[in-house]
Amino acid sequence: MERTALPGRLSWQLGEVVATQGETARAKSITLALPTWMGHRAGQHVDVRLTAEDGYQAERSYSIASPPEEQPHVTLTVERLDDGEVSPYLTGELRIGDKLELRGPIGGYFVWEAQMGGPLLLVAGGSGIVPLMAMLRHRAAVGSTVATRLLYSSRSSEEVIYSDELDHLVSSSTMLEVVQTLTRVQPPGWTGYHRRIDSEMLRAVAWPPGQRPLAFICGPTPFVETAAASLVTLGYDPVRIKTERFGPTGET
Amino acid sequence: MENKLDGNAAAGILQEIFPFDMTLVQATCTGCGATDVIGALAAYIHGMGTIVRCPSCDTALIRVAQTRGRYWLDMRGVRFLQINTGA
Repeated sequence: MERTALPGRLSWQLGEVVATQGETARAKSITLALPTWMGHRAGQHVDVRLTAEDGYQAERSYSIASPPEEQPHVTLTVERLDDGEVSPYLTGELRIGDKLELRGPIGGYFVWEAQMGGPLLLVAGGSGIVPLMAMLRHRAAVGSTVATRLLYSSRSSEEVIYSDELDHLVSSSTMLEVVQTLTRVQPPGWTGYHRRIDSEMLRAVAWPPGQRPLAFICGPTPFVETAAASLVTLGYDPVRIKTERFGPTGET
Repeated sequence: MENKLDGNAAAGILQEIFPFDMTLVQATCTGCGATDVIGALAAYIHGMGTIVRCPSCDTALIRVAQTRGRYWLDMRGVRFLQINTGA
């Protein structure tokens, strides 16, 4: 075990927004400077807490998009939910110089580090790409050559987060393949998949189970359950399939 | 609304109480005896608090809520917690 010290209880800390970047019409990346950040591992998340003037508080979990190598800066990518309590503020109102309250890093379960090896299968639905992007950025930052495939499902090409960076990573890395499916709208000339992820698609894209792949699946709950069940059917070892579900939470 | 997530989503509040990475702590269900890490269990986040449930039999393992100055922690669904201290 590398981490023998007790990590200690989590507490809330303040970060300052140092950069923001629109990723798609609905997704925005927010980079925070966190003076007391203890470091994170790729795949972990934070809880963000907003407090209204009357004391009302709302908390939501957001995945960290940046690799550990960029600390003490931490980047979150947040997708706006129109009826959400927190994401419209984070994507629409938050400005450089503002302070944001968060606790983290959280979760050693959905984590990949280069020394864990592979082959690595990443399966993303929509903004489920965010923690998997932290893994790909970590992989690139340390020069890992672990054989890696990303299967990424989006509704349309306009909703693909990190599109240019993924293209760049594929052309500049060895042993990295990205396969996309666009489930609702495809641009003219699209030759990729154009349906939701299913067993047949995973059979074509995923590493053969005999190679003992390590799989990480992140997306909305039905997406994750479909993908995980399909991989088990294909013969993947359930212990080597890690999942992270996301979706709207709280009272709406 | 209620949305099924996983134990990763419950770890933030649990780690305000416990000084461990709670996604990697193993919990044994009193309902069916299944043991898994909390990160792999089901979790439901409500405005009132968080419920961690067994994905096999749906028993509520952990209920946790926070009101001003107080945590409420109901763990009657947990037979054991196994916490790896790395030693």
